[in-house]
Amino acid sequence: MTFSINPWIDLQQMLQYQFMQHAFEAGTVVAILGGIVGYFVVLRRSSFAAHALSHIGFSGAAAAVLIGVNPVYGLLLFTSVGGLGIAALGRRAANRDAEIGIVLAFMLGLGVLFLSLYTGYATEAYSILFGEILGISFSNVLLTLVAGVIILVLISLVYRPLLFASLDEDVAEAKGMPVVLLGIIFMLLVAVATSFAVQVVGVLLIFSLMVTPAATAQRLAKRPGRVIIISVVIALIATWLGLFIAFFEPYPVSFFITTIAFVFYLFVRFITPRIRNFMSGFGESTIS
Amino acid sequence: MSAQHEIITSKNLVAGYSDNIVWRDASFSINRGEFVAVIGPNGAGKTTLFRLLLGLQQPVSGTIKIFDAAPKRGNPQISYVPQRHIFDDDTNLESLELVRLGFSGKKWGLGLFSHEDRKAAFDVLKDVGATDLAHRSLGALSGGELQRIFLAEALVSEPTLLLLDEPLSNLDIRRERELLQLINGVVRSRNVTALLIAHNINPLLPYLDKVVYIANGKVATGTPKEVLTSASLSALFGVQVEVLRDSRGNIAIVGIEDSHRCQPE
Repeated sequence: MTFSINPWIDLQQMLQYQFMQHAFEAGTVVAILGGIVGYFVVLRRSSFAAHALSHIGFSGAAAAVLIGVNPVYGLLLFTSVGGLGIAALGRRAANRDAEIGIVLAFMLGLGVLFLSLYTGYATEAYSILFGEILGISFSNVLLTLVAGVIILVLISLVYRPLLFASLDEDVAEAKGMPVVLLGIIFMLLVAVATSFAVQVVGVLLIFSLMVTPAATAQRLAKRPGRVIIISVVIALIATWLGLFIAFFEPYPVSFFITTIAFVFYLFVRFITPRIRNFMSGFGESTIS
Repeated sequence: MSAQHEIITSKNLVAGYSDNIVWRDASFSINRGEFVAVIGPNGAGKTTLFRLLLGLQQPVSGTIKIFDAAPKRGNPQISYVPQRHIFDDDTNLESLELVRLGFSGKKWGLGLFSHEDRKAAFDVLKDVGATDLAHRSLGALSGGELQRIFLAEALVSEPTLLLLDEPLSNLDIRRERELLQLINGVVRSRNVTALLIAHNINPLLPYLDKVVYIANGKVATGTPKEVLTSASLSALFGVQVEVLRDSRGNIAIVGIEDSHRCQPE
């Protein structure tokens, strides 16, 4: 398939295929989740924990494949247990990096064992590691949607306390807020968001949807609400554009998604400050 | 100052853990609207006193009462400013948001349609002379500017008791004086009680109503004139010390040079 001159016709052509519709539906939900949950990951400096969760999820997915179960269930189970474990290790991320790393390595090792025991196609391993959104089943799309709605409702409930506890934990604790419970809720949110994001970008590329959009957005705005909106927009653009290009080009979707997210980051990191400096020469900077 | 109204009372208070007592036999009272310094060497148990007041730690024995009740976590009448370091440079979040969370951070839900917290945050930023910092990013603020924001965050919930843990560390002499004048103004105009942990008592002397001096496992409390005498500090430290005063009223404690720093730095 190649691009025509008119992108609109391309789009219509692409969406005639049911597997592309499903990919767009699931991709959209995952991008929204990643953009929102990613903000808290960046704010709490829990990137490494998120990274570890996706790797713990890898062995869960591999185990599920081995016993013939939908890999998403394996991912959900392992990342949730892993998330609870990380939350139990304590509040200071810096103190638990070594412990998380140790468990991460062990879980990856387990995943390798499960995959070697599995006698089916090697593509299963490939799709867990790098994502395979184009083959997503309708039932998984539905599952993604349900999980997405639950996460959004939960986040809107705990939004302000979670924000407060993430920014100023000592004060939040002194005010009698349940900081430990909030830490657990946060890790569970990351666990579920990660499990579904793995379908799109895979275990190894999870950062492109869980960290890059939020870290990029944080450079563009100073208010949490705005950062989250920008983060979601970046994640959506990367996902949609990635799917669109991948339909016409013979390269993996996750490659395009990660690359587009990265280009956003590079642009904001290096070009935007210059534009801002240039603009401020004309008076008050209006970008905030 | 308003009527002498006791808000903190302690009797024979013993703090720490049963196998590791930090200090003992503390009996004192603190009134509404007082500016109190909590002074003592490193590790003497100054922050322990705050943890007791916040209900984060229980006394080993004795009683402590705050607003006529045992301390409990989450008392809305108390605001606590922990000893903090600056935010990382890349914390790109505007100061106003932190102050807003001091007002509404405990509330569930998004609060999309509530602008009450925004107004309260602006008002209190005005009170601490920090309106110009409202839209600045936390990571870009200096130590003195951050302390103003933390004070605003603490005041926005309109507490009657402020617990400030070493707000003066890392400030130069000028910023130190500015912050103290600001805190003193808050104490007097809002009739708030402030307990402030510090290493060096001299910059605080012009403002203080009371001193809580913690050293050597013991606590001495009273007005600066009562506590900062050779006799009272000798009893506290258990060795003969001498309190010297210079022409400007600064004090120096001689005899315990290695155990703490009370001299002007």
